[in-house]
Amino acid sequence: MFLLQDGVTNGAIYALLAVALVLVFAVTRVILIPQGDLVAFGGLTLAALETGRTPGSVWLLLGLAAAATVMEVIASRNRLPPGRIALNALKMALPALVIAAAVLLLAPLQLGSIVNLVLCASLIIPMGPYLYRTAFQPLADASVLVLLIAAVGAHLAMTGLGLAFFGAEGYRTSPLIDAAFTLGPLTVTAQSLLVVGATLALLLSLALFFSRTLIGKALRASAVNRRGARLVGIPTARAGSLAFTMAAAIAVVSAVLVAPLATLYYDSGFIIGLKGFVAAIIGGLAAYPATVAAAIGVGILEAFSSFWASAFKEVIIFASIIPILLLRSLRSAHHEEEE
Amino acid sequence: MPTSDLKRLAIFAAVVLALPLLPFVPSFWITLFVFIGIASLVALGLVLLTGVGGMTSFGQAAFVGFGAYTTAVLTTSFGWSPWLTLPVSLATTGVAALAIGLVTVRLSGHYLPLGTIAWGMCFYYLFGNLQVIGAHDGISGIPPLHFIDQPLTGARAIYVVVWIAVLLSIAGTLNLLNSRVGRGIRALRSGATAAESSGVNVWRAKLLVFVYAALLAGLAGWLYAHFQRATTPGAFNLNIGIEYLLMAVIGGAGHVYGAILGAAIVVLAKNVLQDAMPMIFGFAGNYEIIVFGVLLILLLQVSRDGFWPAIAGRFSRLSGVAAPIDTTYRLAKGDMTLSPDLLLAVKGATKRFGGLVAVNDVSFKVPRGHIVGLIGPNGAGKSTTFNLVTGVLGVSEGEIHFAGERIDGLTPRQIAARRIARTFQHVKLAPGMSVLENVAIGAHKRGRAGMLAGILKLDRAEERRIFAEAAFQIERVGLQAEMHRKAGELALGQQRLAEIARALCLDPVLLLLDEPAAGLRHMEKQALAALIRRLRYEGMSVLLVEHDMDFVMQLTDEIVVLDFGTKIAEGAPAEIRRNEAVIEAYLGTAA
Amino acid sequence: MSALFEIEAMSVSYGAVEAVQRVGLSVPAGAIVTVIGANGAGKTTLLAAAMGLLPSRGTVRFDGADISAMPAEDRVAAGISLVPEQRDLFGSMTVKENLDLGAFRRGRAEAADTLDEVFALFPRLSERSRQEAGTLSGGERQMLAMGRALMARPRLLMLDEPSLGLAPLIVRDILATVAGLREKGVSILLVEQNARAALKIADHAYVMELGEVTVEGPAAKLANDPKIAEIYLGGPKEMPAEDRTR
Repeated sequence: MFLLQDGVTNGAIYALLAVALVLVFAVTRVILIPQGDLVAFGGLTLAALETGRTPGSVWLLLGLAAAATVMEVIASRNRLPPGRIALNALKMALPALVIAAAVLLLAPLQLGSIVNLVLCASLIIPMGPYLYRTAFQPLADASVLVLLIAAVGAHLAMTGLGLAFFGAEGYRTSPLIDAAFTLGPLTVTAQSLLVVGATLALLLSLALFFSRTLIGKALRASAVNRRGARLVGIPTARAGSLAFTMAAAIAVVSAVLVAPLATLYYDSGFIIGLKGFVAAIIGGLAAYPATVAAAIGVGILEAFSSFWASAFKEVIIFASIIPILLLRSLRSAHHEEEE
Repeated sequence: MPTSDLKRLAIFAAVVLALPLLPFVPSFWITLFVFIGIASLVALGLVLLTGVGGMTSFGQAAFVGFGAYTTAVLTTSFGWSPWLTLPVSLATTGVAALAIGLVTVRLSGHYLPLGTIAWGMCFYYLFGNLQVIGAHDGISGIPPLHFIDQPLTGARAIYVVVWIAVLLSIAGTLNLLNSRVGRGIRALRSGATAAESSGVNVWRAKLLVFVYAALLAGLAGWLYAHFQRATTPGAFNLNIGIEYLLMAVIGGAGHVYGAILGAAIVVLAKNVLQDAMPMIFGFAGNYEIIVFGVLLILLLQVSRDGFWPAIAGRFSRLSGVAAPIDTTYRLAKGDMTLSPDLLLAVKGATKRFGGLVAVNDVSFKVPRGHIVGLIGPNGAGKSTTFNLVTGVLGVSEGEIHFAGERIDGLTPRQIAARRIARTFQHVKLAPGMSVLENVAIGAHKRGRAGMLAGILKLDRAEERRIFAEAAFQIERVGLQAEMHRKAGELALGQQRLAEIARALCLDPVLLLLDEPAAGLRHMEKQALAALIRRLRYEGMSVLLVEHDMDFVMQLTDEIVVLDFGTKIAEGAPAEIRRNEAVIEAYLGTAA
Repeated sequence: MSALFEIEAMSVSYGAVEAVQRVGLSVPAGAIVTVIGANGAGKTTLLAAAMGLLPSRGTVRFDGADISAMPAEDRVAAGISLVPEQRDLFGSMTVKENLDLGAFRRGRAEAADTLDEVFALFPRLSERSRQEAGTLSGGERQMLAMGRALMARPRLLMLDEPSLGLAPLIVRDILATVAGLREKGVSILLVEQNARAALKIADHAYVMELGEVTVEGPAAKLANDPKIAEIYLGGPKEMPAEDRTR
């Protein structure tokens, strides 16, 4: 029973990751391997803010913003008048500069957990669109395969940057609510209830966003038919940027939820991300409900295998992808695989 | 291997093997070169797998691990001699690759690289958790290689072994790529459907490359274990696997020497960065991955072909002019007269896609030695009908008979084996291969030589005949001047002619041509029409989809007209031209 | 009549192949202009490039302004809509959602009025507004594709093979609707294989062969030209083919 509770809690976090992966893939065809890294960075940022240190993510954000600005200037160099280019560059760089200044100013003051959450979110969320602008927007027409290799490259770079900016030490944040109660034979911690509750709330609001708002529908439309989306005037680059923004926002939520439960290191993100990824694959990178169910399943499988064969739990989780991939690919085998 | 390749390899070998003899080269450099050599082997496999075969793998490091751990266990726990473990290391890697490949190469599109990430992680954790192989600590105290009685301990000693292995692997790989099996592999990326229709077993070709690449990685692992004298799981994790892929991408996936260039750049950069980066950040760590990650993304954005092609362009004077090919001794021709008079019979063929009926109860016949035209407006179901006859699609209802045998339900490969050849509406040639090589793929089923024969060059007699056949067919379609050019450089009309030559290399009894005249100039059309008539004279039958009505009307014996997937008319060209239903189908009703 | 939309010397290539070669055409305000020609003549490529979906050389002008470098999504906002050959509907979304997205670049309030107009034009869409677009029949898909394009209130509507794969009766309805749109002030550029039907409603016509415009003239004149039938079904045997190739 305890294992089940553990599994569901972990599964809820994997579900968030998986949903972000599905969202990004559907809109941009990018398999966002660095999503887990964003989660780890979120957790480490929060941990740094709690102790009043300046989080390394400030420098990471500034670096990404600088790269994005340079790319924006290069891309429009021959197309637009210099005035417009300068304006665009300013638009690209300004948010990062403002946020960085605010964090540098406020972080040492230790203004409490709410302010910390806000600062963490405003550091991590813009990384999504900056990442899209630098790594993926220039490759928008490339095949899924090329985008995947680029995503792996982005992950590699971000892992290294994580080490550079956060160091090799692991951190754990204090839980948002510190309480526990017993329910029959079971001890339920408030944090795990919070995890499940927050996940449900986020999934619900995503569902509403996609079904009720025009922007949400436009994102779905970009996913269903890219050319159709362009033909009704949806700018696909901005849709991609928005999808990355949402993924980064989901990463912040995941980070807030997972950081008190496990010690995070600069490279923990990848393993967490891959488990979300297993779930996303089971859901075929498309169906949200199936993905969420699969994520819970992965969480439970992990909890049980870490109990029975703890040394091999990762082996079991990753081995479980192969038959699923096989099933998926057999089902879609008749889409021509040629480039 | 063509002479230009041989010359290039000889120069490369001389430079590489002379290097350690030079006294002023510091030992540290030699050590780096050993690492480059070992990495080159893995990258070479990846070039074949990813660049040539189109299968991206992030998991090659795991195969290096198989090679390294096998010899580590056998030499330390069982006291085997290192040389004896080489075949066992390769066998272990090969068996593992075969098992993984059986599952993995079936994966399509992006699922395949995802699968390699999954098993790459799996084996890393397995290596790190199995007590028998030392878990996280790995195995140390591996004995060095011996040459006669001399232990090869220093970098200078093992350098020679490593680079001989690299040179042999390059030679073998080049031979393989230029063999019958290799041409099948090279067609995987851009012409799998066409290769399958020429009788190439695409799935088997994929598995072969997969195992071949893994064996090179296993060999690298074996060398690594005896050079480092220790193995730890960290050397075989996913990040290292990504580095190997980066090497292949830098070199330019698809270029054999690019693998060595890529390995050199990555190994050297890693060395420099490992010294420089911690100084920037103030503490130790593997920061080189930042640069590698960024480099990978930038390469994809700026130059997806890697660096090698740019460098190789400077050496182009090395590649000689291809010798003319003697077409006297070709492949043996099959019998054209055996088949009964009624060659192809399509009986009530129906194809549904979901609710849409693309082909509806269509029946027609192609008698032996006839040219039958299949015409109709856009979306009438002509290409679908072609795909039904050639097994690319299965019929929903109805039957297709060929030479008295029922062939619906057979795969394209089985249909090719019955000597039915085809061309494609959207040309499917491997653009990077020469016209001659593309056409030679058509003769795949008429050769026997296997992978090993290709690597060891035991296939020369057969290769000569295959190329003589290919050159002969190229002359027939009038492309002899373009024979040695890359297929991708030809104009569309010429590419269509090359497809016809490839189809003829199959020695077909029935030839299916999908819009062969599109993009041809008037004179070329006349020449093509003359060729098709000559083929009919030789006993071949032809089924032809074409939009150029002059071409169809002057060439065919009968015409079948489709509209909305249904046959609306059938008869001699003159009748069809007067048929009101046909005119209406083409011009529309004046509603 | 001044030209609302002009294409000058447009060329489009796929690798070594020039699918469209230095084509020029113009659509006067309030006119229906049609481009006809056999399969593979380059008509669809021409429209896609005119919409900005494909890179091309040459100049595209709309309402006097050079829009050659404008991305497709901004051309929609400027007043050009394309109904592509594949329809490109959002299959897993409802008819209503498809139409709502058609007005993506406009205000919500104006869009509501346009929605009523589209429903009045295609009552079938109103009946099926909650149905998924992927489940519609061929004719209904074409109506939805046109309806979605009209939601953007285009001044120029480009239609690629609206009759493709449709039964003759539905073709008649669709083309009658197209003719009716002109009365509402929408200019039309119509690409069709169904030459007779297209020439019947058009004011002016261009004939494309192998990527080039070979014949041009008032639609009424071309409708009776025997050369048109030849282009589709091939010339009589006696006539030397060289005469027609250029």
